[in-house]
Amino acid sequence: MVRLIAGLVGLFFSGMLLISFVTGAYTAVTEPVAPTVESQFHKHPKKVSFKHDGPFGAYDKAQLQRGLKVYAEVCAACHSLNQVAFRNFEDLGYSEDEVKAIAKGWKTEVPSINPETGEPATRPGLPSDKVPSPFANETAARAANNNALPPDLSLMTKARHNGTAYVYSLLTGYQAVPANLPKESRPGTGLHYNPYFANLNLAMASPLTSDDQVTYDDGTKATKDQMAKDVAAFLTWTAEPKMEARKTAGWASLIFLIIFTALTYLSYRTIWADKKH
Amino acid sequence: MSFPWANEYKPQHPVMQWVDERLPLPRFVYNAIGGGYPVPRNLNYWWNFGVLSGVALMIQIITGIILAMHYYASVDGAFNSVEHIMRDVNGGWFLRYAHMNGASFFFIVVYIHIFRGLFYGSYKAPREMVWLLGVVIFLLMMATGFMGYVLPWGQMSFWGAQVITGFFSAIPVVGEPLRQWLLGGFAPDQAALNRFFSLHYLLPFVILGAIILHVWALHIPGSSNPTGVAVKSESDTVPFHPYYTAKDGFGLGLFLIAFVLVTFFSPNLLGHPDNYIPANPMSTPAHIVPEWYYWPFYAILRAFTVDFAIPFTGIVIIPAKLMGVLAMFGAILLLFFLPWLDTSPVRSGHYRPLFRKFFWYGLIPCIVILGYCGVMPAEEPYVMLSQLAAAYYFAHFLIILPIVSRIEKAAPLPNSITEAVTGKPLETAAA
Amino acid sequence: MATVEQAESMTETVAEDGVRRRDFIHIAAVSWAGVGAAAVALPLLNQMGASADVRALASIEVDVAAIEPGQAIKTSWRKQPVFIRNLTPAEVVDANKVAIGSLRDPQTLAERTKPGKENWLVTMGVCTHLGCVPLGAAAGEVKGEFGGYFCPCHGSHYDTAGRIRKGPAPLNLQVPEFAFISDTVVKIG
Repeated sequence: MVRLIAGLVGLFFSGMLLISFVTGAYTAVTEPVAPTVESQFHKHPKKVSFKHDGPFGAYDKAQLQRGLKVYAEVCAACHSLNQVAFRNFEDLGYSEDEVKAIAKGWKTEVPSINPETGEPATRPGLPSDKVPSPFANETAARAANNNALPPDLSLMTKARHNGTAYVYSLLTGYQAVPANLPKESRPGTGLHYNPYFANLNLAMASPLTSDDQVTYDDGTKATKDQMAKDVAAFLTWTAEPKMEARKTAGWASLIFLIIFTALTYLSYRTIWADKKH
Repeated sequence: MSFPWANEYKPQHPVMQWVDERLPLPRFVYNAIGGGYPVPRNLNYWWNFGVLSGVALMIQIITGIILAMHYYASVDGAFNSVEHIMRDVNGGWFLRYAHMNGASFFFIVVYIHIFRGLFYGSYKAPREMVWLLGVVIFLLMMATGFMGYVLPWGQMSFWGAQVITGFFSAIPVVGEPLRQWLLGGFAPDQAALNRFFSLHYLLPFVILGAIILHVWALHIPGSSNPTGVAVKSESDTVPFHPYYTAKDGFGLGLFLIAFVLVTFFSPNLLGHPDNYIPANPMSTPAHIVPEWYYWPFYAILRAFTVDFAIPFTGIVIIPAKLMGVLAMFGAILLLFFLPWLDTSPVRSGHYRPLFRKFFWYGLIPCIVILGYCGVMPAEEPYVMLSQLAAAYYFAHFLIILPIVSRIEKAAPLPNSITEAVTGKPLETAAA
Repeated sequence: MATVEQAESMTETVAEDGVRRRDFIHIAAVSWAGVGAAAVALPLLNQMGASADVRALASIEVDVAAIEPGQAIKTSWRKQPVFIRNLTPAEVVDANKVAIGSLRDPQTLAERTKPGKENWLVTMGVCTHLGCVPLGAAAGEVKGEFGGYFCPCHGSHYDTAGRIRKGPAPLNLQVPEFAFISDTVVKIG
């Protein structure tokens, strides 16, 4: 009885699936789906290498400091960095006092209240503060940006496939609209063509407009490519600040476990030595 | 215990004797996983994965209890509290990554454990109850894994909750009210997040209880083995300790090496980037996919594209959406009936030439294809591919297995485990 | 796995010279596992300690310019109340009058304040008995028999230097690490 019912249920499900398959195949043959514009023009991130790549890679602190400068002077005008606190910048190689100065001199002040009147106010940043957002809230951010919300950048490199290369490619990927791009996919008003962006057209205009847009403290020549690379490295750090500790702990665990596995293997073989199995 | 030659517990230390006389817990442990449990001597490495599943559950429970000390289940705070764990809590990144990848490794070892049972016929008499409890554990794991994935309240969390609870709306009449009841609202929000957290904390302990029953039921007939031949004499078995504790220790080492490689060197390999974007009820990700361990089932869900209807009348009996949901649950629930669908008295696939062909060339590729189609977008050719694979999946269990077990001529079985191992007949080898 | 011959020869070597080597391997494997368990236990326990964002709040700066003599303010440091009190000359005199030997926790006012700023008494607002917040910092609150602070939970009286004078508390109100970074700004922590 079980087998009879099971057979009928099986015939039903498999049958319906085969009917679905035949219907789908018929449609696929008679009305072939044209490849989408995105699939033709969208590009995967460029290949780019960083010092923090690979199982031994550690962050290049000088590069992170340069990236912070690009973020502070270019990106921070629109993009928040909600998850990162000023005190975290000590990881980039700044001293406690330098961090204090960075927090105090940050362009956007920290929202606060006037201690006398209770009115909303702002005060200079402290190391314990999170990096303040350039806009008070989402509505203000949209209003200032033609209704496009600039996303928070703290986790951007983890929130995209191959994120570090994605950020780098996006920043260096603005280009002229290809002549063969269909009309409906051409950027409308306020949009900009960039094949590394999923929809091909994004609201953000190319933020890195010219060489030496930022003056690096360490004398590195601030080419557009260099700035894009540095800020991509910086945003990798903001998304994964514990990466170095993670890799170190990984190696320690691995060495420990290889010894453990070797010992248990010997123990296992010794115990089984007199038993054929 | 079942075998008369099982070692009896003899406390070495007077303290243990004192305890044992009053509460025979040491005896219980000894008989369950110690020298008092005789196990077939010919188990291969596929038999390591039961113990590894237990280890994986313990990793999840320990890291989970700790994460709950820092997590808050609030739609405004959940995402940030996870980032707080990743950034500020001492060693928090390690605990979070271990829990996140621990879930994947739990499913990896459990899937291997299930397929070992499928190949070696471990579900057959007298071990049906072990198998049934195993399916219950699997269902509980799926529920726990789903609710855990919602907790960080990222984009995939939110839209996963939306889609999964959307299954229930396919049920006629009561579907929509049921969905609202499950969510405590019209869409996933604070009420849903809070109850998912509560249940996500509870269910692992239910799983633990089910595992205890699973192991208890296993100890009635004892472990199966790669030949599928029942244990006949003492020379067929070895005591669990030290023989299999040592082997499991070695297996544990290999498992942990794999776990460490992913957790420390590529922790986001098995996750989806969209879950690092905070949940936004106003915008759906371009491409919603569940965690990898649900991919085959997700493919089955989406494979039904045609309504079950009376041709040319337009009368729909079962809409495609409902059929997809039924098939997806059916794909797991049919495992409950497996012991009665496969009626062959031969357990092990080694001695079943026809069964083996369908297993390796039918079932395994079909699951792999379904998994692949589950992660790809719902476009051709993936949908068509998944339709063929899903059709085979149901046919395999519900039609092919019953027929195969009836018509198949099994290869000759060894007379005993000892004979299979030593090549000598039982009497001489035992001597 | 192994052939019959191999298995038999292994059995023999173990029987001849084996017992010690055998035991050593098992003991080594189990001990090594123990080391690993201890190493894993460390982060599992360490996570309960104060997290980086909590530790980052470990110092605050307070502007005390607005506190008149005789007044006190309550501020919060490490999620605990801190009293900052501007003592009147009379209160300073009172505090210095007390014979040190008669105190339960002997300390002079000078030891509890900064040189040249003896009128600025900075103490934790946490009773050393069982952790209640004493009264006396806000205007109109009971200051206790010695004109300092009074803890209502179990009746501990502190004097104008925040020293315990009567009641169950064993120690003076704790003075946190603090410094004047300008004439009117106190850095606590």
